[in-house]
Amino acid sequence: MSEISFWSNLSLQIRFILLQNRQGKTRLAKYYVPLEESEKHKVEYEVHRLVVNRDSKFTNFVEFRTHKVIYRRYAGLFFSLCVDITDNELAYLECIHLFVEILDHFFSNVCELDLVFNFHKVYLILDEFILAGELQETSKRAIIERMSELEKLE
Amino acid sequence: MASSNSLMDSLFQRSLEDLIKGLRLGESTFISRSLEEIRREIKLTDLSTKSVALQKLSYLAALHGVDMAWAAFHAVEVVSSSRFAHKRIGYHAIAQSFSDQTPVMLLITNQLRKDLNSSNEHEVSLALECLARIGTDDLARDLTSEVFTLLGSSKALVRKKAIGVVLRVFDKYPDAVKVCFKRLVENLESSDPQLLSAVVGVFCELTAKDPRSYLPLAPEFYKILVDSRNNWVLIKVLKIFAKLASIEPRLAKKVADPVCEHMRKQNVGKSLLFECIRTVFSSLSDQETALKLAVAKIREFLVDDDPNLKYLGLHALSIVAPKHLWAVLENKEAVVKAMSDEDPNVKLEALHLLMAMVNEDNVTEISRILMNYALKSDPLFCNEIICSVLLPCSRNSYEIIVDFDWYLSLLGEMARVPHCQRGKEIEHQLIDIGTRVKDARLELVRVSRALLIDPALLGNQFLYPILSAAAWASGEYVEFSKSPYEIAEALLQPRTCLLPDSIRAIYIHSAFKVLVFSLGAYFSAQQPTSPPLAQESTSSGHSMVNGFTYNSISSLVNMIELGLCSLSGTIDVEVQERAKNILGFIGMIKHEIAEKATSQNSETEGHRAIAFMEDVFSEELGPVSSTAQEKVPLPEGLELNENLEGLQEICREVLEPMAESDYSSDKVSFSVAKLRIRDQEEASSSLPPPLESSSLLAEHRKRHGLYYLSSQKSEDHNDREGNDNNTSNEYPPANEISVDSFKPKKKISKPRPVVVKLDEGDEPKRKPDASSSNDESLSRAIQTALMGKGKGKEKEKEIVKENHEMNVDTENIEQSSRREKKNKKNGERSSKRSSRRQRGKEASVTKPVEVPDLLL
Repeated sequence: MSEISFWSNLSLQIRFILLQNRQGKTRLAKYYVPLEESEKHKVEYEVHRLVVNRDSKFTNFVEFRTHKVIYRRYAGLFFSLCVDITDNELAYLECIHLFVEILDHFFSNVCELDLVFNFHKVYLILDEFILAGELQETSKRAIIERMSELEKLE
Repeated sequence: MASSNSLMDSLFQRSLEDLIKGLRLGESTFISRSLEEIRREIKLTDLSTKSVALQKLSYLAALHGVDMAWAAFHAVEVVSSSRFAHKRIGYHAIAQSFSDQTPVMLLITNQLRKDLNSSNEHEVSLALECLARIGTDDLARDLTSEVFTLLGSSKALVRKKAIGVVLRVFDKYPDAVKVCFKRLVENLESSDPQLLSAVVGVFCELTAKDPRSYLPLAPEFYKILVDSRNNWVLIKVLKIFAKLASIEPRLAKKVADPVCEHMRKQNVGKSLLFECIRTVFSSLSDQETALKLAVAKIREFLVDDDPNLKYLGLHALSIVAPKHLWAVLENKEAVVKAMSDEDPNVKLEALHLLMAMVNEDNVTEISRILMNYALKSDPLFCNEIICSVLLPCSRNSYEIIVDFDWYLSLLGEMARVPHCQRGKEIEHQLIDIGTRVKDARLELVRVSRALLIDPALLGNQFLYPILSAAAWASGEYVEFSKSPYEIAEALLQPRTCLLPDSIRAIYIHSAFKVLVFSLGAYFSAQQPTSPPLAQESTSSGHSMVNGFTYNSISSLVNMIELGLCSLSGTIDVEVQERAKNILGFIGMIKHEIAEKATSQNSETEGHRAIAFMEDVFSEELGPVSSTAQEKVPLPEGLELNENLEGLQEICREVLEPMAESDYSSDKVSFSVAKLRIRDQEEASSSLPPPLESSSLLAEHRKRHGLYYLSSQKSEDHNDREGNDNNTSNEYPPANEISVDSFKPKKKISKPRPVVVKLDEGDEPKRKPDASSSNDESLSRAIQTALMGKGKGKEKEKEIVKENHEMNVDTENIEQSSRREKKNKKNGERSSKRSSRRQRGKEASVTKPVEVPDLLL
C-alpha cells in the first residue's frame, strides 16, 4: 500500500474532503495529496462504507488506514474529513459545521442539488476555507464577504 | 435524445449546467459523448469556449473519474487569459490535475510569476492557491522571491495565503528558508487572528517534524498562548508546546500555568479544553497541579452523554495510563461501563484501558470478565479482546503471570472460542511457555492433549497453528503425558488429513517422539537393574509409563505403522519422508520387541538404534537470546581480516537493496543465505585441489564461521568444541530473585515457577535508517536563520561556516535529487520517504540549540 506511507510524510493537516450521499455518490471531492484515479475511487468507496453504516449515536471519528476520518451527516449528505491521527477531532467537527453553515448561507437553505449544480462555487468556497490542507480562515463573515467580492468579478 | 440535438450540438456549446442536467438523466454513454465534444471544443482558439470545455472536463474528472491529464496544455492556455473567470477555471483545473510528472509544468512558471506579481489581489490569491497545491521543487525555487514579497504585502488576505504556501515551499526547497523565515517570524507578532492562525499553523507542522530547531521561538509562542482568545490559534499553539516541552522539560514548568488558566475558564470550548488535557497528559504529565486538574476535567468528559466526549475521555486516559495509572483506576467504573457501549470505537478504547490496569493480582479476574465478553461479541471485537489479553500477559516474559497452569488452560479455552482467529499468537505463547517454564510442562501437555483429541477442532483452519503447537508440545514433553498411546492415536487420526502438509509433518514427527519414548520406557523397564530413565520426572501422574507390557507396546507400534502406511505415498515430500523414516525405523525394531519378550540381549542392532534415537531427543530445546551469536568467543587462530574483500563485493550487491526499505529479519536471512551459497561456491573453487571437498567446506566454515547461520542444534553440539560454555551463557541463572522475594498471597498456594529469561530483550535489533540530507539542511537553515536574528554576535563566524556548509549541502541536494530522479518510478521517492520517517533521529543529529534565558 504505497500511498499510505506516502501520505504520512507530507506535512498536511487535512488529506482530503469528501461529500457523499447515502448511496455512495460523491458530490464533492477535494484531495490535498496526489493520488491516482483508481486510488481515489478506492478511497471514496472505503470511506463511504465506513461512515454509512455507523449509527447516529456513535462517535463522529473513525480510524481510516493510518489516519482518522471525522465525519458528520447533514440530511442525506456525509461530510468527511481525513486528518492526521494526532489532530483535534472536536476542532475539525466544528470546521465541518462551519463549512455547512457557509454553504447554507450562500445557497439559502442548501440542498444536495444546489451542490450538484454549483460545484465550481462550492470549490471556490472550499478554497477560501482551506489552503493546501491547512485551515486558513475560520470566520464565517470573512469568507462570505470574500465570496461576494469574487462573484462581482465574474 | 441523440439525433434531434445534433444540430444544436454543432451550433452551441453545452454549458456546465447542461452537462450536469444531461448526466442526471443518463450516464455512461452521455459521458463518452460529452468527452468527445469537450475534446473538440478545447482545441478551439476562442478562450471562452475553451474555458467552458475545461470546466466541464474538471467536473467530469472530479466526480466521475474521467482522466484529464491530456488537457494539461489547454489548461495553461486558459490560465493565460486576462479575464478573471477564465483564470479561475484554468487554475482550478491545474490544481486538480497537475502532478510532478506533468510535462507542461515548466510552462506555468512564468504565468504564476506574472500572477503573483499582479496588483489584483484575487489573481494573486488564485496563483497562491495553485502553487500551494502543485508546487514542485523547481517552482518552489523559482518563485521564492515572489512569495517573499507577498509575505510582506499590505493586504492581509494575500499575506495569509502566502503564509499558507510557505510551508509547501520550504518543504520542496529548503533554501527558501534563508529568504523567507524572517518575515514568517515577524508575522507571529501580528494582531490579526486569522493571520496568526495561519502562521501558527505553519509552525505547528514545522515543529512536528523537527522540534529542536524551533525552540528559540518559544517566547513568541508563549506570548500567544497567554494573550490569544481565538480557540483555533490556541489549539495549534498547544500542539507546538506539546512537542517543544517533550524535548525541553524546563519549558514544561513554565507552560503549565497558562494551560491551567485556560482549563479553569468558565466557558471554555470543549475542543480547547480537550487539547489542553491532551497536552498535559502527553508532555506536561510531570507537572502535578496541571495533571490533577486535567484528570478532574477528564472525568467530566467520561460521564457526558455525548458519545464523542466519552470516546475522547477514554482516549485521553489511555495517553496518560502508562505513567499515571491512578488516573485510570479512579475512573474504573466509567471504563467498565464503556465496555458494553454499542459503539465499537468506545468499546475498543475501554478494552485497552482495562488491559492497562491489569497486574498480578487481578489478571485472572479481568481475563475471566473479558473472555465472557468475547464469547458474546462479534468476531472482530472478540479477536480484539483475545489479542489484548495475550499481549500484556506475555509482556516481559510473562511478568504478571503467577499461576501458569491457569494461564495455559486459558490459552486452551481461547482456542475453543468460536471466532478465535489469533492462532499464531497463541501458538507462539504455548511453545514459548513450554520452553521457558519447566514446571508448567505438565499442564501444557494436558491442555495439548485435550486439543489434539478433539476431532472437531481439525476442521477450523484458524486453529491450525494452535494445533501445531499442541502437537509439538505433546511430542517434546511426552514424558509428562499420562497415556502416550492416546497421544499417538490422536496425532495420527484419519481426520488429520484436513491439516496442511507442514502441520501434518509436525504431527508425524511428534508421533515419532512418542514412539521413541515409549520404546525406551519399555526396554528399560525390562531391565530392572538399569538406572531410572533420564526423562522421567518426579511428578506424580507418571507411574503408568513403566506399565508398558508387550501387548501395549506392540499395539502402539502396530497402530503407528497402520496410520503411516497410507501416508508413504503422499505427494508432499516432507510428509512422505517422515512417514517413510518412521516406517523404516519400525521395520528395524519390530522383531526386537517380539524377541524382547524372550531374551535379554541388549546389544542387538535394533536396541542400539532405539538407544541412539532416545539420545537424539534427549537434549532440551530452549530459548535462544538474539545476542547469543555475539557471545560466541572467537576461536584461537581465527583471522578476521583475511578474505574480506571478496565478501565486500557480495555484501554490496546483496545488502544495498535493504538500505531503502525497513529492516526485516526475513530479508536478512535471505541475503545471508545468498552470502552462504556464494561463499560455498567460492570455497570450492578457490582452495587448492589436493584437499577433499568436504574438508574444503569445513575449513571455510572455520575461517568464516561467524558468517554462517547455525541451522540445527545437533550440528552445533557436534561441530564446535568451544560451545559448551555458550550454553550456560544463553541460559543465565533463572529468576531466582523473583522467586525468593515472592511473598505468597492468601489466595495462591503454589510459588511462582521459574521462568527462564534471557539477559537482554528478545526482540530483534533494528538498524537505524539512513538520514536524508534534505531534512538536515532544512533544520540547519532554520537554526541559522534564528541565530542570525541577532541573538549573539559571536555567531557571525558560525553563520559563515554554516552558509558554506549549506552551499555544499545544496550541491548535495541537487546531486541526490538528480540521482533520485533517475531512480523514480511512478513518482515514488523511496529513500527520501524512508528517511523522513526518521525525523526524530535527525533532531538529535543537529547541534543543540540554546534556549533563550529570558524564558527560564
